[in-house]
This record gives sequence, C-alpha cells and structure tokens, in this order.
Amino acid sequence: MDWLNAILQGTLLGGLYALFAAGLSLIFGVMRLVNIAHGDLIVLAAYLGLTVTVGTGLHPLLALILVVPAMGLIGYGLQRGLLNQTIGQDILPPLLVTFGLSVILQNTLLEAYTADPQKLDAGALETASVSLGGLTMGILPLLTFLIAIGVIWGLQWIFYRTALGRAFRAVSDNQEIAQLMGLNRRHIFGLAMALALAVTAVAGILLGIRTSFDPSVGGARLIFGFEAVIIGGLGNLWGTLAGGVILGVAQTVGAKIDPGWQLLAGHLAFLVILAVRPNGLFPRISG
Amino acid sequence: MNIQDYTVSRSTRAARVALVVTALLLVILFLAPWWAGRADMRLMGELFLYLALASLWNLMAGYAGLVSVGQQAYVGFGGYMLFASTIFLGINPLVAIVFAGFLAALVSVPVAILMFRLRGAYFAIGTWVVAEVFRLCFAQVSSLGGGSGTSLPVGIVKSLASERAMREALSYWLALGAAVIVIAAVYLFLRSRQGLALTAIRDNELAAGSLGIDIWRNKFIVYVVTSALTAMVGALIFLQKLRITPDAAFSVYDWTAFVIFIVVIGGIGTIEGPIIGTLVFFALRETLADLGTVYLIVLGFVAIVIMLRAPRGIWGLVRSRYDLEFFPLSYRVHLKAAKGQDGN
Repeated sequence: MDWLNAILQGTLLGGLYALFAAGLSLIFGVMRLVNIAHGDLIVLAAYLGLTVTVGTGLHPLLALILVVPAMGLIGYGLQRGLLNQTIGQDILPPLLVTFGLSVILQNTLLEAYTADPQKLDAGALETASVSLGGLTMGILPLLTFLIAIGVIWGLQWIFYRTALGRAFRAVSDNQEIAQLMGLNRRHIFGLAMALALAVTAVAGILLGIRTSFDPSVGGARLIFGFEAVIIGGLGNLWGTLAGGVILGVAQTVGAKIDPGWQLLAGHLAFLVILAVRPNGLFPRISG
Repeated sequence: MNIQDYTVSRSTRAARVALVVTALLLVILFLAPWWAGRADMRLMGELFLYLALASLWNLMAGYAGLVSVGQQAYVGFGGYMLFASTIFLGINPLVAIVFAGFLAALVSVPVAILMFRLRGAYFAIGTWVVAEVFRLCFAQVSSLGGGSGTSLPVGIVKSLASERAMREALSYWLALGAAVIVIAAVYLFLRSRQGLALTAIRDNELAAGSLGIDIWRNKFIVYVVTSALTAMVGALIFLQKLRITPDAAFSVYDWTAFVIFIVVIGGIGTIEGPIIGTLVFFALRETLADLGTVYLIVLGFVAIVIMLRAPRGIWGLVRSRYDLEFFPLSYRVHLKAAKGQDGN
C-alpha cells in the first residue's frame, strides 16, 4: 500500500512538472527556442503572487487573475523586445541571452526579496485531503493535477481549433512561407511567449503554495520541465504530461527507497529513457 | 601568372611579434612570486584557471559545435577526485591532478555516447542534467562530507611544500602552467589535421560530412579531451580553495555561465577571444565587486548586449577592422617579391 501511495503521490506531483514543462514545450514547438530562464520565470511568477497576496490579502489562487495577465504581458514584451533578435539557425544566441536573463532575474529577485525562503499562504487548502479506498490524497496536489490536465487540454484546443493555433503551427512548419502568407511572425512569437508565460504563472503560483521558494530554485525547475518534455517526446503536449508523471513517480518512489535519492531517481529515469528511446516516448516532431 | 609567384604561409608579422611579446610576458608572469603580493598572486591564479576553462569551452562550442552548459560536471568531478584520491589512496596531490583528468576521460565516454543523442539546445540542457547527477551522487558520499563537503587535510596540503609561501608560489605556477598548456594544446590541435576537420565541421557540418569527415568521431574526441582537461583544471581550482562542497563544485553559474560569458564577450571561435574575455571579466569583477549582486546583473546585461550587437565578441570587432591574428590558424597567400617589388 505504501508503494501504491508513493506512485499516486508521484502521479499528482507529475501534474506540477507538466505545468513547468508545458510553456517550455510550447515555445520550443513554435519557434525552436530553448529558454534557460524558464525556471527563473516560474520563480518570478511565484514572487509576483507573493507580492499580490501580501499586498491585497487575496487568496493565492485568486491572485492568478492578476499574475497570469502580468506574466503574459512580460512574455510578449520579452519576446518582441529581446528574444526575437536571437531566433535563427545558430543555437548559441538564444542560449546565451536566456542564460544572461536567468542571471539578471535571479539577482534582481535577490535584491528585491532577499534570499529568505518564502511561501504562499493558501490557508486550509494546504492541508485538506480526501481518502479513497485507504489512500489519502491532498486536495492541493489533486487540484494541481486537474489544473495541469485543464491547461494542456486548453493548449491543445488553441493549437488545433483556433486561428491563433493555426498561425502557431504555420510558423512552426515554415517561418518564411508563413510570413509570405501574411502572418507577422514576430507578433506570433510574441503571442506564443505570452501564452507560455501565462502557463508559467499558473505553475509558479502552484509551486509557491506547495513548497517554499527562494531566488535560486529556478534552475532545478527548468531541469524538471526539460526532462518531462524529453521523456514525453518533443512537440506532444499530452506526452509532456506523461513525462511529468513518469518523472514525478520516479522521484517519489526513489524517495521511498532513500530520502536522499528523490532527485537522483528522477534524473536517472530521464537518462534511462534517453538511452532506450532517444526521441522520447511519444515524439511528434524531430528535434 | 605562374604558380611560383605565390607562397602560402600561416605566420604573419603580427604573429611573430606576438610570439616574442608572449614569451617575455610569460617570463615576467613566471617570476610573479618575486614581485607580486599574495593577494595579487591569488587573483592571477584564479584568472589563469578561468582562462583555461574558457579556452576549453571555446574549443568545444566554438569549433566542435558542442554547446554544453554542463562543464561544471567535470570541474566538480576533478575537484572531488583530487580530494578522494589524496585522502583515501594517499596519492601525491600533483599526481592526483593528472589522475583526476584520466578518470574524467573514462567517465566522459559513456556520457558522450548518451548525450550525443540530443541535438543543439537539448544537448546543452542534457549536459546540465548530467552535472546535477554528479552533484547529487557526490552529495551522497558521506566519507567526503556528504552535502556539507570536506576540507583537504593539513598533512596533504603540507605534502605539497612545507612553507606557506612556497605552497602559494607552487599553486600560482600550476595555474599559470594550466593556462599555458591548455592554450598551447588548443592551438596545436587546431593547426593539426584534426583541427582542420573540426574547423570544417564548424563552418558547415553537412559539407564537412559529405567530404568524408567523421563528424561524430571528431566531436567525441574533442568532448573526451576537453572533459579530461576541464577536470584537471577543476582539481587545481579546489587545490587552491582547499575546501569542496557539492554546491560549489557543481555550480552552473561559476563554472559554466561565467565561462560562456567570457568566451562570448571576448569572441567565440578564436583563440584570442577567451584571453580578452577573461581580462574583461576580471576587470568588471574587481571594479564592481563592492556592488554585490548588482555586479552579476551588469555582467548579464553586458553579455546580452555583446551577443546581440557584436556576436563575434570584442576580438571579432578588432579583426573586422584590422587584419590581425596573434595565434595564426588561417592560411594566407603572399605574392612573391617580383621585380623588386614587395608584394606582401
């Protein structure tokens, strides 16, 4: 029963990792950009949530109403003002610029909020739980998992059912021809980043409710998100959710064997899958 | 025109002058223990080790196209192997440095085979995952202090040299030697047949492959060699620090982000670039050190601006204006002095 419980908790944790990964997967799919600052942007969203909840007394989940559009605006501005200039064949410019961004973000957060760990206070939600046939599930992890499913379903819907999604797929397939057909790819990229950071806002707030955070924790979130994307297969959002779940289960099962093994087990699961299935479990586009 | 009217050479007058100046400079730097203060020597030692790291990363990313953000894996591995082999096996620290390089080469083989499955930016983050695995593994080794790390025992430190001044001089010379050896090795490697293949891969991978260059093998060799040398530099870094913790040993910012900034600011894909970048990095650090984290924010901005406005770095700007090459790698065609006319 303990093992079953570990697997269940890992599955729910996987929802959070899928949320870390969804934004990363989206921007890679649309513009082949790998954003090293992605984890730091998740942490930025958590701090924005902290400022909003402390300033207005709102519940962290209600703070999403402000943080999601704020992160979306930041995303659009970042893409049009900075990241669009790095898009091209060479992978070094986006890598270096987002690395620079990561250093700037981390140290700006350090100046603004100090290195003290912070946490978002969600009241009774943090400890509430339901029992199901001998297994106990926290309401918050369950809610996170359901939100992850909802977000991925929403992204899928945007991608395959809306004009914006058609534009995303068009620039993803061929930037030049999409441009010839009258799409402004700079604007489309801006919207993709806005959408990605809106998802990141949700991930950041849920992270902040679940655990304490400080300005230095972004790197690890980036890695979890990246692993979920690769395990699931590039360009497949439901695959990303599966990747997050596999990573989460590996971590909780690893922690069950030895508490020091939690992170290591997740990374090893990733490396094993990379060795066996280099393109991930359910790939849709080649890297 | 006749074929005899031309000569092809690599050397230029600037390069010959640079060689003489470099030789003089090396003599002066070698004598630093007699003219520099302790703090200055420490700073210069650190500078040389960063220069070595930057030159190695430049060889990987600038020539072999292997943009790794996980070289801290080998810096930390080298540091830990120095501590482990001196503490547990009683090996002399100087021998242990070479031993650490050898072990890193062994470890880098399976890592390369696995990581080379990832392309481009995914290779980059994949190497970071490997570095995290290294960090978490060493944090589990309780005999090396686990997560809180360990110090090099006094007896081992004393075995280098009994006097403190002599130890500091030795540590300085090792750092200087590491920088010289790495730059010389990169230079000679790039001038060799292998280096030519590597430059071809850098310029156009598809064309290089179609000319019969084994791309995977060339990249693999570069990865293994740079990993071994990076580990030796890592051993030197922690021989200087005398204390190691998993977080310090496998820091992505200290051993990779700053190194990438150095290479890009100086000029990627050139031997001169990392040298200039290291000098700029340390100049920035020393002048802005009092500002604390603001210094890192400034550094991030400088790196971003250089990447967007001058992607070939400071040395690239210099080269676009003057035809200079202090470490001659390219071939030049000279007209022979015909009919009393200097055709250079």
